[in-house]
Amino acid sequence: MSPIAELQRRLFRWRSDGTAPLRLSQRRIFILPTRAGLLFAAALLAMLTGAINYNLALGHALVFLLVGLALTGMVHAFRNLHGLRIAPGRCVPVFAGEVAYFPLHLSNDRNAPRLALDLRAGDESRSVTTAVAAHGLSEIAVPVAAVRRGWLDLPRTRLATRYPLGLFVAWSYLQPAMRCLIYPQPLATPLPPPQATNRTGDHQGEGGQEDFSGFRERQPADSPRHVAWKASARDAGQRPLLVKQFAGGAQSELQLDWALTPDAAAPETRIAILAGWVLAAEEEGACFGLRLPGDEIAPGSGEAHRHRCLEALALFPA
Amino acid sequence: MSTRPAETLDHWATPWLFAAALATTLPHAAHQPVWLSVLATAVFAWAGWLWWRNERLPGRWPLALLVAIATGGVLFEFRTLFGRDAGVAMLVVFMALKLLELRSRRDATVVVTLGYFLLLTHYFYSQSIPTGLWLLAAMTLLTATLIRLHGGPASTVGGTLRYAGLLTLQAIPFMLVLYLLFPRVAGPLWGLPQDAHSGRSGLSDQMTPGNIANLALSSEIAFRVRFAGPVPQRDKLYWRGPVLENYDGLTWRPQGGRGRPPQIEALSPSIAYESTVEPHQQRWLLALDAPGALGPEFALSSTLTATSREPLSQRQRFALTATLDFRFNPDEEPAALRRNLALPPDRNPRTRALAESWQSADADPARLAQKALTLFSAENFFYTLQPPLLGEQAVDDFLFDTRRGFCEHYASAFVFLMRAAGVPARVVTGYQGGEANPVDGFVVVRQSDAHAWAEIWLAGRGWTRVDPTAAVSPARVESGIAAAMPAGEPLPALIRLRSDWVRTLLFRWEAVNNAWNQYVLGYNPQRQRELLSRLGLPDADWRKLAAALAIICGALLLAVSAWTLHQRPRLDPAARLWQKALRRLARSKVNYAPWETPLALLERIEREHPALAPAFREVVAAYLQARYGSIPDDLKNLRGALARLP
Repeated sequence: MSPIAELQRRLFRWRSDGTAPLRLSQRRIFILPTRAGLLFAAALLAMLTGAINYNLALGHALVFLLVGLALTGMVHAFRNLHGLRIAPGRCVPVFAGEVAYFPLHLSNDRNAPRLALDLRAGDESRSVTTAVAAHGLSEIAVPVAAVRRGWLDLPRTRLATRYPLGLFVAWSYLQPAMRCLIYPQPLATPLPPPQATNRTGDHQGEGGQEDFSGFRERQPADSPRHVAWKASARDAGQRPLLVKQFAGGAQSELQLDWALTPDAAAPETRIAILAGWVLAAEEEGACFGLRLPGDEIAPGSGEAHRHRCLEALALFPA
Repeated sequence: MSTRPAETLDHWATPWLFAAALATTLPHAAHQPVWLSVLATAVFAWAGWLWWRNERLPGRWPLALLVAIATGGVLFEFRTLFGRDAGVAMLVVFMALKLLELRSRRDATVVVTLGYFLLLTHYFYSQSIPTGLWLLAAMTLLTATLIRLHGGPASTVGGTLRYAGLLTLQAIPFMLVLYLLFPRVAGPLWGLPQDAHSGRSGLSDQMTPGNIANLALSSEIAFRVRFAGPVPQRDKLYWRGPVLENYDGLTWRPQGGRGRPPQIEALSPSIAYESTVEPHQQRWLLALDAPGALGPEFALSSTLTATSREPLSQRQRFALTATLDFRFNPDEEPAALRRNLALPPDRNPRTRALAESWQSADADPARLAQKALTLFSAENFFYTLQPPLLGEQAVDDFLFDTRRGFCEHYASAFVFLMRAAGVPARVVTGYQGGEANPVDGFVVVRQSDAHAWAEIWLAGRGWTRVDPTAAVSPARVESGIAAAMPAGEPLPALIRLRSDWVRTLLFRWEAVNNAWNQYVLGYNPQRQRELLSRLGLPDADWRKLAAALAIICGALLLAVSAWTLHQRPRLDPAARLWQKALRRLARSKVNYAPWETPLALLERIEREHPALAPAFREVVAAYLQARYGSIPDDLKNLRGALARLP
């Protein structure tokens, strides 16, 4: 650890805050003048010089009042953070290359609102601003760029405020133990051919893709591919969209296998291809399984299944 | 500069900035050149229009052009960009133009900082109580603007203003401490620009008919006096300004150079007084005749005018003494007597002839003076602020034709008559009289009390005061100008009003103003030393003061923090009554653990203190009903149960 980082660690008492809600105390709030504050100080110095030179009694009073204002502004910037409760929320997984959001629940048990709370995670360029009403709650999601698949820990987050006067910035470092699952970035490639499986009659005639058997009204879950656009167009959009229905034949079952991806490709690429297949298969409404070296997920479908597959891919050891 | 959402200016923050800019620049319109006000108004209107239509702000070139025009105008008007008036004009220009450049929050912060700076410039022109209050309000508005800028659109107008008021209120203790203890430096730090003290009125060092009459139209205060003893009679209060000895037929001027120090022989005990003189940019102190011994920082001219080394450019307080009855230079230098007999040749032949006829009848100077005074009182002379114009032979015209004049006409004519009759005489200007404020006991002397009188030299008695105005209008000297002037003369209302509740109100107001001037504005390095020695720090240097300031400000900061951060826990009434019940239990030696629920506590009490249990069971039931029952805050039962708890 470099000396500066070590100094910062000691100065700002950097350590993990765990998963419990935390309350900002004076030990972890820091305060410094901002650039606007320095400009203000320079203006005050010039004003004081003018007041002395022209012997302006009220000029002195004005300068001193503004000094007092800056000092009280400092206390109030501190107050804007002091006693704020922060509880970590639950993260929604995202794909690598997207932005992960770490939700924090801020609660304010003070009689005054806390405005202009600025949150910035690590070295992120983007920050988010929120406010908490008096005796109110507010949920704010801290954005972090998701670069790599796997678990993404919330980096040390700086909660800063310049409210009310902008002459001082008060800040605190938050390090709640929060992590967000980052799915691998999917690579769109054609799906492997489906394998017919020896399913029994249960599935016969259940909305398969073999023989056209008629139309039914489209449900939100239906893939757009199955919409009978020509048939629907005849009604000139007056009626709900229709979906083609197929009967007969075994429902196709996809086995998304590590072995089906090109051997020559890098492991990360193969994972990306598999992730792309999972999405495509889910899109098709197919029943699919995933086979990885040392891991296998039985065929299935639906949101939870998709998540299990992507999670396995995300956490697959490189 | 990244344009993150927090850094861009939201649409409804701009009106705040307009209001702040207006509040800080508008009062300057009273003393700015008209073209500048017009330019600033036009820029304001343009910026407002662009905001209203939500249009793009002008680019760099139009702004640069406007800056060039305004700078050129200021240069042309003031011949400089620096100094007081030009500097203020430039600040106003910058403030207006910055409104055309409001893009980010940083621009807005610059506007507010500029606004704070502009507040200071108003004190160049006035430091009165209303100005102070008005600027306090403007400062609160600026602070509210800052709060609104950083609070974003979520903040309400009322809440923002209230918050700004709270911050200002909390800043005031710091201001008071710093005002009293911040090491004061006597200004100026460097040479003041030429225009630093322009536009203040007062007695001038020469007298042309009309210029004292102009002063008489002003109810401005010239100086205030507090006598250590009783206030002397009004007709003894002659405050001496410059003595004018040289006459060119139109204007009286003082004799330059330094003469012999005056000799005063006191005939009455000396009286002490303290005078607070408003700045008049001249050196004379306007001391009461005849001034006693003066401090080393003052000088007494050969004509008995007390002067200071430097012109009085700010309000100053002097401790002085005076003798009301005195003999002044009984053995005057012959050169001075000759000087005070000189008259411009070929002027006022009729007056000369009259004077010479008097002198040939009776050459005694005192009787000659009496003759002249009798002329003024017996003949048809009028005392007026609106005398007719006089021609080339001013004294002849006045004495024989118009016969209407103000004190300067009478003084001038009298001295001319005396000199023509061979009596050394000269004009003295200054103030006469003054009005005691019954509220605070200060005698207030106004510009309208400006006066001119005469002095003649009598063998054995020296220079003797003769006030020819008193011969025409005794009331002027005995009761002041308001009594002396007939109705219809254009005197200011303040001077004219007499014995009426408005006047007592005005006395009060002036007493408040005087206290403000004496104790607030007059707080200078010397007063600070006095205060510190009274506080037991007689030789405090800036280091001690800085230490004291740091300690007091630190304590204040703690107090403000405690006020700000302290949060009284908000208990609902049922919980408050429950706490009361627990305190009762504690008296009966039953302790309550913080994690115990009411029912668990009840269970324990039933087990350990069966005697208490029945009463406490009622309390618990009522409490649970009040706290969690279907009728919220049903407190009647709880109160009743609590009352039955031993």
